[in-house]
Amino acid sequence: MKKLDAYFESLRIRKIEEMIALRYPEQEMRCPTHLSIGQELVPVVVSNFLSKDDKAFSSHRAHAHYLAKGGSLKKMIAELYGKATGCTGGRGGSMHLTDLDCGFIASTAIVGNSIPLAVGSALSQKLQNSNFLTVSYFGDGATEEGAFYESLNFAAVKSLPILFICENNRYSVYSPLEVRQPVNRSITDLSQSIGVESFHTDGSLLIPLTYAVESAIEYIRKNNAPALLELDTYRHREHCGPNFDDDLNYRAAGEVKTWLEKDPLKLLFAELSADQHFEKTHNEMIIKIKNEIEDAFLFAENSPFPNPQLNEEFLYAK
Amino acid sequence: MQNKTTTFAEEINQAQHCAMAEDDSMICMGLGINDPKAIFGTTTGLQSKFGSDRVFDMPTSENAMTGVGIGAAITGTRVLMTHQRVDFFLLAMDQLVNNAAKWHYMFNGQMTVPLTIRLIIGRGWGQGPTHQQSLQSWFAHIPGLKVVTPSLTDNVGQLLYQSIMDNNPTIFLEHRWLHNQNIDKETCVDYNSNMQTTRVIKEGEDVTIIANSYMLLEAIHCHNFLKKQGVNCEVIEVSEPTNIDWQTIYNSVNKTQTCICTDIGHNSFSVSSEISAKIYEACFTSLKKPIKRIALPSYPEPTSFGLTKKYYKTRTEITKAVSELLDREIFMTEDVEFPHDVPGNWFKGPF
Repeated sequence: MKKLDAYFESLRIRKIEEMIALRYPEQEMRCPTHLSIGQELVPVVVSNFLSKDDKAFSSHRAHAHYLAKGGSLKKMIAELYGKATGCTGGRGGSMHLTDLDCGFIASTAIVGNSIPLAVGSALSQKLQNSNFLTVSYFGDGATEEGAFYESLNFAAVKSLPILFICENNRYSVYSPLEVRQPVNRSITDLSQSIGVESFHTDGSLLIPLTYAVESAIEYIRKNNAPALLELDTYRHREHCGPNFDDDLNYRAAGEVKTWLEKDPLKLLFAELSADQHFEKTHNEMIIKIKNEIEDAFLFAENSPFPNPQLNEEFLYAK
Repeated sequence: MQNKTTTFAEEINQAQHCAMAEDDSMICMGLGINDPKAIFGTTTGLQSKFGSDRVFDMPTSENAMTGVGIGAAITGTRVLMTHQRVDFFLLAMDQLVNNAAKWHYMFNGQMTVPLTIRLIIGRGWGQGPTHQQSLQSWFAHIPGLKVVTPSLTDNVGQLLYQSIMDNNPTIFLEHRWLHNQNIDKETCVDYNSNMQTTRVIKEGEDVTIIANSYMLLEAIHCHNFLKKQGVNCEVIEVSEPTNIDWQTIYNSVNKTQTCICTDIGHNSFSVSSEISAKIYEACFTSLKKPIKRIALPSYPEPTSFGLTKKYYKTRTEITKAVSELLDREIFMTEDVEFPHDVPGNWFKGPF
């Protein structure tokens, strides 16, 4: 993927989430939110290789996956505000996003529980003889759920067109990976031994990430079989909410520093800055993104709340 | 020449054949769906007719496979999944409750979940604590799920066919002891006719008996026996606890002024509890005596033959309740010529 495109798309998501964080204390967005700040590059690169007919599913930390796939920003911000114009009309909030127009089917809140759904979507694609695939995004915590193992097993036994993306940010809320999984066993090896072609790379570095995503997708399309990518990432802020929480000291100071130094946006910015024209391009990007964000927040603020008289609507399909 | 008779199991099989033929997108999956026993004969011939892409055996992964069913259902596939016992399906409660039940609502009507899950309930012959649970009240408690508990052969095919064709997640609870019921094929209702989920099966003026699933058969026995004693019981079948025609029930209770509510599950927090509460709310002044509920005690089914004799409730308990409600001495002599833990001499185990 082109450096400039990757930078722009990642920066856009970063700025959107920074604005969410900035405005969260206003108490107008009243639902738990899990920011992707630090992890944006992964879905940007993955989405670069997808069409809108490829489907995507995600977990509680879904903003970046939704936005990178092409999900409507206005509908997402309106959803955080609980408004009628939100992507689920205020029913789901931050953890239940959808935008069917771009193929982002859904994110769900229970750890690991959208993985089987994504496999079911891939099963539909296979039954319909479609050439498209489904992406399932989840974190390292989800690989401890039975649903993860069961889903990979079925995708392997049925040779389904699905790309599993494990964003390994090393923490399940405050619990580090070492207390949750044996240190000598990698998620990639585990998944490979279940029968899913698996790759491991750094989710902060554009070139190896692009290579891994492209190879995995090529593998799926060529072999009609599933693949998994384990990508090392790091969330800069707290598990749930708008703040930094390193004062709690659950992550070693050196660890945080190392990861902040290899923030994908910081790395791309440094590389792109070598070009003397980049400053101008960068300023234009910032203005474009700022305007889009302002529009989205205004749209959300000016939208009405949904009508509580319709609370029972859609309990059952007609 | 076609058979003139049909069984409950054959009707279930035929409903699946009809639905598969009707909707090209439909798939059927279940552990053992095409094994030599074909889930008590209920899935016979499906794979040979519709192919292994659409009808397939599956891993022993109840939770993820339910999620796979939901994921397929929201992306254009109609799905039927079968489990040989309810109890194993409990591993799938996350997918059922957090996803299937809420999907249409949570995503504001943008997607539907045409998923039906057949769950077979066991009883007796050592099924014991974990092969016989009747959990319809659990499922019915979750908004967004439909729950169907068929009892009779004449409409079981229709109930299953329409459950499959419905675009909502439906739990179809099939009692194993009902499978061998046998009736004249011509008396079966049309699959496409209006589904009646609350039916007056026997008319009477003296006592209303409300029943579901296997307990309906006991209630019918009771009706037939008591009729000879000059007592007329009205027997009402409830086959969809999430969609009860309450007026049919209220009309009957207002007429008889007495009511017995039976259920195949544990008595506490049961479907019979809910029905009783609704009757008290709507017909309080009509009732001459408190409602009698007849259902399982609040402890698991023991395995031993020696422990189950009094565990299940039968026509004997219903008759006793009628006798108490009417202040009349009526004795039912046990007329059953096979052991208490089987539905008939045809059942030799194992499940």
